[in-house]
Amino acid sequence: MTAQSCPRQHCATTMDSTALEPSLYTVKAVFILDNDGNRLLSKYYDVELYPSMKEQKNFEMNVFNKTHKADNEISFIEGMTIVYKSSIDLFFYVVGSAQENELMLMAVLNCLFESLNQMLRKNVEKRTLLDNMDGVFLVVDEIIDGGVILESDPQQVIEKVNYRADENPLSEQSVAQVLQSAKEQIKWSILK
Amino acid sequence: MIKKFDKKDEESGSGSNPFQHLEKSAVLQEARIFNETPINPRRCLHILTKIIYLLNQGEHFGTTEATEAFFAMTRLFQSNDQTLRRMCYLTIKEMANISEDVIIVTSSLTKDMTGKEDVYRGPAIRALCRITDTTMLQAIERYMKQAIVDKVPSVSSSALVSSLHMVKMSFDVVKRWVNEAQEAASSDNIMVQYHALGLLYHLRKNDRLAVTKMLNKFTKSGLKSPFAYCMMIRIASKLLEETDGGHDSPLFDFIESCLRNKHEMVVYEAASAIVHMPNCTARELAPAVSVLQLFCSSPKAALRYAAVRTLNKVAMKHPSAVTACNLDLENLITDSNRSIATLAITTLLKTGSESSVDRLMKQISSFVSEISDEFKVVVVQAISALCQKYPRKHSVMMNFLSNMLRDDGGFDYKRAIVDCIISIIEENPESKETGLAHLCEFIEDCEHTVLATKILHLLGKEGPRTPTPSKYIRFIFNRVVLESEAVRAAAVSALAKFGAQNDDLLPSVLVLMQRCMMDSDDEVRDRATFYMNVLQQKQKALNAAYIFNGLSVSVPGLEKSLHQYTLEPSEKPFDMKTVPLATAPITEQKTEIAPVATSKLPEKLAPSRQDIYQDQLAAIPEFKGLGPLFKSSEPVQLTEAETEYVVRCIKHTFANHMIFQFDCTNTLNDQLLQRVMVQMEPSEAYEVLHYVPAPNLPYSQPGSCYSLVRLPEDDPTAVSCTFSCTMKYLVRDCDPNTGEPDDDGYDDEYVLEDLEVTVADHIQKVLKPNFGAAWEEIGDEFEKEETFALATVRTLDEAVNNIISFLGMQPCERSDKVPENKNSHVLVLAGVFRGGHDVLVRARLALADGVTMQVTVRSTDESVVDVILASVG
Repeated sequence: MTAQSCPRQHCATTMDSTALEPSLYTVKAVFILDNDGNRLLSKYYDVELYPSMKEQKNFEMNVFNKTHKADNEISFIEGMTIVYKSSIDLFFYVVGSAQENELMLMAVLNCLFESLNQMLRKNVEKRTLLDNMDGVFLVVDEIIDGGVILESDPQQVIEKVNYRADENPLSEQSVAQVLQSAKEQIKWSILK
Repeated sequence: MIKKFDKKDEESGSGSNPFQHLEKSAVLQEARIFNETPINPRRCLHILTKIIYLLNQGEHFGTTEATEAFFAMTRLFQSNDQTLRRMCYLTIKEMANISEDVIIVTSSLTKDMTGKEDVYRGPAIRALCRITDTTMLQAIERYMKQAIVDKVPSVSSSALVSSLHMVKMSFDVVKRWVNEAQEAASSDNIMVQYHALGLLYHLRKNDRLAVTKMLNKFTKSGLKSPFAYCMMIRIASKLLEETDGGHDSPLFDFIESCLRNKHEMVVYEAASAIVHMPNCTARELAPAVSVLQLFCSSPKAALRYAAVRTLNKVAMKHPSAVTACNLDLENLITDSNRSIATLAITTLLKTGSESSVDRLMKQISSFVSEISDEFKVVVVQAISALCQKYPRKHSVMMNFLSNMLRDDGGFDYKRAIVDCIISIIEENPESKETGLAHLCEFIEDCEHTVLATKILHLLGKEGPRTPTPSKYIRFIFNRVVLESEAVRAAAVSALAKFGAQNDDLLPSVLVLMQRCMMDSDDEVRDRATFYMNVLQQKQKALNAAYIFNGLSVSVPGLEKSLHQYTLEPSEKPFDMKTVPLATAPITEQKTEIAPVATSKLPEKLAPSRQDIYQDQLAAIPEFKGLGPLFKSSEPVQLTEAETEYVVRCIKHTFANHMIFQFDCTNTLNDQLLQRVMVQMEPSEAYEVLHYVPAPNLPYSQPGSCYSLVRLPEDDPTAVSCTFSCTMKYLVRDCDPNTGEPDDDGYDDEYVLEDLEVTVADHIQKVLKPNFGAAWEEIGDEFEKEETFALATVRTLDEAVNNIISFLGMQPCERSDKVPENKNSHVLVLAGVFRGGHDVLVRARLALADGVTMQVTVRSTDESVVDVILASVG
């Protein structure tokens, strides 16, 4: 009849690390968000981590809210080590376990960013990214396979994907579309 | 400003995202053009991208529509557009789980993986393995073997990684590819090396010898890939940990040599491995710490973070090893990455001197609101450690903690603070009142039921013993008025304790109780009514038994006993003494501030170890009718660690019997043991009734055999006994590879170490939260007192620990901690003797030359008192 003491709950938010099981499964998740925190691409490689779409999007929002203000490169959120990088209106994240070697995760992030940078000819911004979404999917697929780092050299990734971004978008777009995109770019430069 | 926002909305609308308003049905409609001839690669590519984009956004595809789209997509294999084909592979992988009959693309993928186009081969292998099951895997086994040793790195890597994914499902098939993986490991390509190493390790990880050999080979040949080096360091440190290998082993040398690798990633991995090794000496740590020190001034944030996080780890165990880095850490406390700054400060708090504490605390309070909860918990942990180190600083800390408690934060963060405050209160009696005041303030506005009940429980325990107990009543009663059921119930229990302890508060408490009896929740009403009636009796003994010191039985045990009682109707009232006692008292466990478990789910209320034993033993017919299990001891090793057979014994005590459970492991792979039992020769009047042998004991599978012993009834003081034990069994030699035993065997025996039964095996620990009340409750009817001189003991701490472990009783009122610089101490212990008699011990210790001890024992049974005194003497 006495008051029960606190039931012992343990959550994944501790920073304590035990020895790491040797494994190739390094990356838990990778995602690209826009500047409102909306998902443009995301892959979760550990089914036990956030199994439902709702949990995933909550996690992404939480990560975005805690990282988009300052470009700090690395953080620790919900028990996960997160390395990140932003470019114009895009945010790139690579997630690993608390015990993971942070530099390995950085290698993945750098490879992802450099590959896209080359593929999109240094225009790493939302519009270009979405226009070449197929290439982006392929790049991610070549860098990580089921959580295993498949390739870490951007040059190799680009060769393997062998994707050509639209050289000459004019031919495919109507004049109206071109005007629209020009308008947006001007708006952006004013907003900046 | 408003206008700008409007523009922004427009911006992020359909204009800038061509995929913004995709409709699944429309996209699936569009997918019909896959069937048109000739195929328009560009349009089809765009539609496939849309489908993958939708899947990625979490759009749900029904099985029928997914299957339909999937089948339409298979037609696109006719096109030779490279990107389109690659997108087909991606679609296959994405749809593997949602569409039916995905295996129809097997032949197309097999063709691509063995074809001439190198660009297709790797991705085709990965897509194929995604849709393959064990039976189909055997069909493509030949191609997989070829692919693993292919000279094109992307093909080899893809095959290796896919094999690794398949290990979980088809270990036996993939195991046959070891030779190919071995060959791939000597490839020139760094990624192929890494993937081959990973696959080889996963295939061999249960065979320590093979792993050791593999590691030796690769450390000598020298791989080029930094990833592979990281993997090898992890394997090496795991091996070191498993073998308890001394740090002079070649594995340790290898890890240390990696500190000089040219890749930062490898250097950091090695440093981190050394830091995480258990029992690392300061000398071994030094080189790891010095590379981490260098990393502290790196321009890369990730590297600084990694370094300071690892140093923080070192500082927990070896603060002196990190002092050399203090200057570098000082530079980091203003780092723009707040995570790094926090870690630097908390590390400094552990390594720095007492004088720097105030300055660091000031620095951290300037940005504590900016950091995430996880790091706030780190700060709280550092403070908690600090309080133990510098008890005099508790007022500064308490102030800081109470400010943190007022800030916003999640449950884990608040719990860490509350735990920290509670531990400060426990360590420093003089901080009790301020601490309780802060906690009172906190529960005024606390959304976490668990924390509120925990604090109320603490208030009930500590509040009545403070100089002015009345001031807590208001806080507690406020909870009764304002909170949820669980909190109200806890508040009622806390109130009752004030009424029971403080006579002058009793009338007011009774009035408040009266009010609680009209609560809307039945649990609250029940508690109030119960306490009301107990309190009105005004008897100290009743108060002690029902208010201060609650039930000490195990709850699952009680549930089972009551269930059993209702099944067998009987005239006899239910006897509480037949219920097994709770093994580990939950309430006064030392609150571990540094949490270790990282499991995501909240821990289930697992049955205690003893409840498990109870069930296991009850399943053996020979052991029927012994009554409830009273106590199970910790396992005792009866063999050396590295012998042919490993035997450990667990002693189970019942009211009049003991069962000895021998857990045996056979470590010889060429023997099968049968009819294994342990013969016991007692030194006293103990009688061995039954042996229950273990029928089979194959290589490395543990088995248990049991012996049932009757305790001497005529002489209740004969509590200790020595048994000489011999393991007897039938040996059948067998083939180490197949495990097939010979037809006939021979009897053999193996002498084990002697097994001791001591007084501790007859006493179960029970916590009395209020020892004084329990002492009065039992009364002095059977009190005995004797004085002993402990000549061999030099300190009070040592004496206290010896007495506790000898009697196996629970120290109460934190009397197991001896305050520093004292020459005398009172230790109070509580327990229940076999048969259900409460027993309490008060030992007054005085330090002169050696320790003099005056022991007072009280119990509800006279013979128990004699047993205890006889065994102490």
